Amino acid sequence: MSTAVNDVHEHEHEHPEGFWGVLGRWLFTTNHKDIGTLYLWLSFIMFFVGGAMALVIRAELFQPGARIVSPEFFNQMTTLHGLIMVFGVVMPAMVGLANWQIPMMIGAPDMALPRLNNWSFWILPFAFSLLMSTFFMSGPAPDFGWTFYAPLSTTYGPKSTDFMIFSIHLMGLSSIMGAINVIATIFNMRAPGMTLMKMPIFVWSWLVTAFLLLGVMPVLAGAVTMMLADRHFGTSFFNAAGGGDPILFQHVFWFFGHPEVYILIMPAFGVISEVVSTFSRKKIFGYRFMIYAIVAIALLSFIVWAHHMFTAGIPLVTELFFMYATMLVAVPTGVKVFNWVATIFKGSISFEAPMLFAIAFLFLFTMGGFSGLMLSIVPADYQYQDTYFVVAHFHYVLIPGSIFAIMAAIYYWLPKWTGHMYNETMAKWHFWLTVISINITFFPMHFLGLAGMPRRIPDYALQFTDFNRIATIGAFIFGFSQLLFLINVVRTVRGHGPRVGAKVWEGAHGLEWTLPSPPPYHSFTVPPEIKN
Amino acid sequence: MKNNFPVFISRICLLLGSWFCISSAYAESRINMPQGVTPMSHDIYALHMMIFWICVSIGVLVFSVLIYSLIKFRKSKGAVPADFHEHTVVEITWAVIPFLILVAMAIPATKVLMRMDNTDDADVTIKIVGYQWKWKYEYLDQGISYFSNLSTPVSQLNNQAPKNEWYLLEVDRPLVVPIHQKIRFLVTANDVIHSWWVPALGIKRDAIPGYIHESWARIEKTGTYRGQCAELCGVNHGFMPIVVEAVTPEAFAAWVQQQTAGKTSLPPDIKKEKSQAELLKQGETLYTTHCAICHKPEGTGMPPAFPALKGSVIATGPVKNHIAMVLNGKPGTAMQAFKEQLSDEDIAAIVTYERHAWGNDDTPRYGKEAGGTVQAAQVASQRAESTHEKLN
Repeated sequence: MSTAVNDVHEHEHEHPEGFWGVLGRWLFTTNHKDIGTLYLWLSFIMFFVGGAMALVIRAELFQPGARIVSPEFFNQMTTLHGLIMVFGVVMPAMVGLANWQIPMMIGAPDMALPRLNNWSFWILPFAFSLLMSTFFMSGPAPDFGWTFYAPLSTTYGPKSTDFMIFSIHLMGLSSIMGAINVIATIFNMRAPGMTLMKMPIFVWSWLVTAFLLLGVMPVLAGAVTMMLADRHFGTSFFNAAGGGDPILFQHVFWFFGHPEVYILIMPAFGVISEVVSTFSRKKIFGYRFMIYAIVAIALLSFIVWAHHMFTAGIPLVTELFFMYATMLVAVPTGVKVFNWVATIFKGSISFEAPMLFAIAFLFLFTMGGFSGLMLSIVPADYQYQDTYFVVAHFHYVLIPGSIFAIMAAIYYWLPKWTGHMYNETMAKWHFWLTVISINITFFPMHFLGLAGMPRRIPDYALQFTDFNRIATIGAFIFGFSQLLFLINVVRTVRGHGPRVGAKVWEGAHGLEWTLPSPPPYHSFTVPPEIKN
Repeated sequence: MKNNFPVFISRICLLLGSWFCISSAYAESRINMPQGVTPMSHDIYALHMMIFWICVSIGVLVFSVLIYSLIKFRKSKGAVPADFHEHTVVEITWAVIPFLILVAMAIPATKVLMRMDNTDDADVTIKIVGYQWKWKYEYLDQGISYFSNLSTPVSQLNNQAPKNEWYLLEVDRPLVVPIHQKIRFLVTANDVIHSWWVPALGIKRDAIPGYIHESWARIEKTGTYRGQCAELCGVNHGFMPIVVEAVTPEAFAAWVQQQTAGKTSLPPDIKKEKSQAELLKQGETLYTTHCAICHKPEGTGMPPAFPALKGSVIATGPVKNHIAMVLNGKPGTAMQAFKEQLSDEDIAAIVTYERHAWGNDDTPRYGKEAGGTVQAAQVASQRAESTHEKLN
């Protein structure tokens, strides 16, 4: 069947019609653009699902006292919000961008392994159905936080934990296959003359990300498999009563978890580099150093994991090592920020929506970096750890970091993908509402954490009321503003908005802008000529 | 929307300005870390403020260049892009300077950390054990040991009564410690991972089953210092506060004497039978402290994790099973064993209360096993049995 559909694509370039035709097309597609689109829509849907959970959390925290949901349901919300935002929103969105852009940016017709590509996407809807099905089981859904620390998730975990474990196995499979595909594509499918050091930074950032994925997803699979064995096969990896070690779980989890956060941000670095350069009408400053910095951050990400565990009682020397290593991350990250600023410096800047999001990224991600630096100092971390200060920190790096980069990328490349310009006024409204509301939501959380509010609590002491209220108001504005984004994207995809030419943005460089908008189904059937 | 840059700047200023206004309206501790009352917490505070100001200065520097560029080099103002895009010396400079700043930050941080690690020569040693969802304090040299539970009434949690000043930050029995003496804390847990955190002492230590972690404090001022569990430990993670009562060494000695004296002189007489009314009254109070947070004051629980006691098989069935459930808990669930935490008298009172409350003593409905009174002696014999079984 899949070959039949392939044949249709290859020979006719026409999409089948009717319900079964459309279903078959999307189900069996091996085209990088189709699969990219599927990834991006999955991400978009999960963004609203995970966002709705965040709003339940914020609504409950609007004032002290048991109000809307029980503490048990609250814990399920924090757990699933985290899992969905990490695995269901940011990762699929980045893979979707990779699918759409990498072949076009390196001058290839498609990804190197199209059928693997199809499979790695279609695993995901099943993985997330499995995860969401835990809400409909007798007993609670996973309720131990997205970090699922043992023994709370093993000996004390609800029955539905097993479904989460298998769901994570599936997500891991999907990510590993996606990563293999990206690496194979970048190494084998580049147009003649496109040397590694001529690749766009977005492609570089994805190459490094793919290696990180290959390095750590098996570790996560190992962690959840050990959990499964502890729960059902009588092992005691993490059970102190059986001679096991609860801290081992944290080591294994964070050995995955820390590179994972760079997996979430690395492609964002790539997007921001493209956007900043385009709208400053200037080549990216320090291309080589930008790539060295990405590689350095990736290498460092493997030796900083225990900074998530400073209060877990690791020995002094170990703490010192992880503190120094963590502080070092600031050096390559700083280099990246300085290079972006230097790219903007003496450019010719215009403020279209992608650029606005990129500028907000520069300000707010840097702030998240500062709080990260504060968290790296072990003695100070004893006060910050597991408080709202940490919540503020990682939401500052993940929303204005990863999510803003994804939004910038969508506004930047959507006209290329659809052949139509999005509505700039609506995009600007979306930007301003978003950037103001996320600061209203997350800035007060720094204060809450410093003043002593632990994270993951459904109810709080009275002195935390004011800032929680402000945060909740901000969160609702943030949540509902995203509908503007949805409307804008749907309108553009459906052909509203003026038609655009091949080179959508005046300052844009790169092979994707040599293709017509929308680009042909098989991006480059003839390898392009690489100049300079 | 093209020329929205001044608007952008003014909005940013407005935003920052409003934050400072809001900030200054509150006492300092509402927006910043408390300075605390131990050498450790002062060190941490000093480090925190040092890194904060370093970050602020770097931020001001970088953001100034950024803002300047955004204003100056706008296309709408006719800016023409420059051609430069590489400069190795510049790159190396802005890698080396941050590195040196980091080294400057790492030196004091390392010193503080090494000081914190020294738990030698303690005057008082207290073992802290985390339970779902309460703390147990054991004074190892004095032989005192007790549990510390949340004391905020359930009616306040459910908004049926006005919340008092220390809502969720108050306990039935605080940890009592002397000032000016080096107190060593040994932190561990009984079930899942908890974290013992008192900001004013500058201590946050994860309580992990199978591990004993150390920390120390030398408190400078008498007073009441409050904290909370900082590691998600299950459904009532938000409801296991910590209260530390720091008193003068003399007052501490007196307190120790009072605790140990009370213990040896009055062994509870388990043979003594109590009236049903007495048991019910005592049972209701104990139920509110130990059981109501999961099983609810109305006995309805939060199924399925926390079953209802109203009309439940255990609470209306044979008394023996009911006592066994409270004594030994149900492994693998949130129902913990209470035999370490509660005396025979207490368990007798709780079981009696649960068997009569919410219409559980309705024998026509639940059968003739329902209701009944339980005396301490019966609990004691069952406790002895279960210990005996374990030894075999």
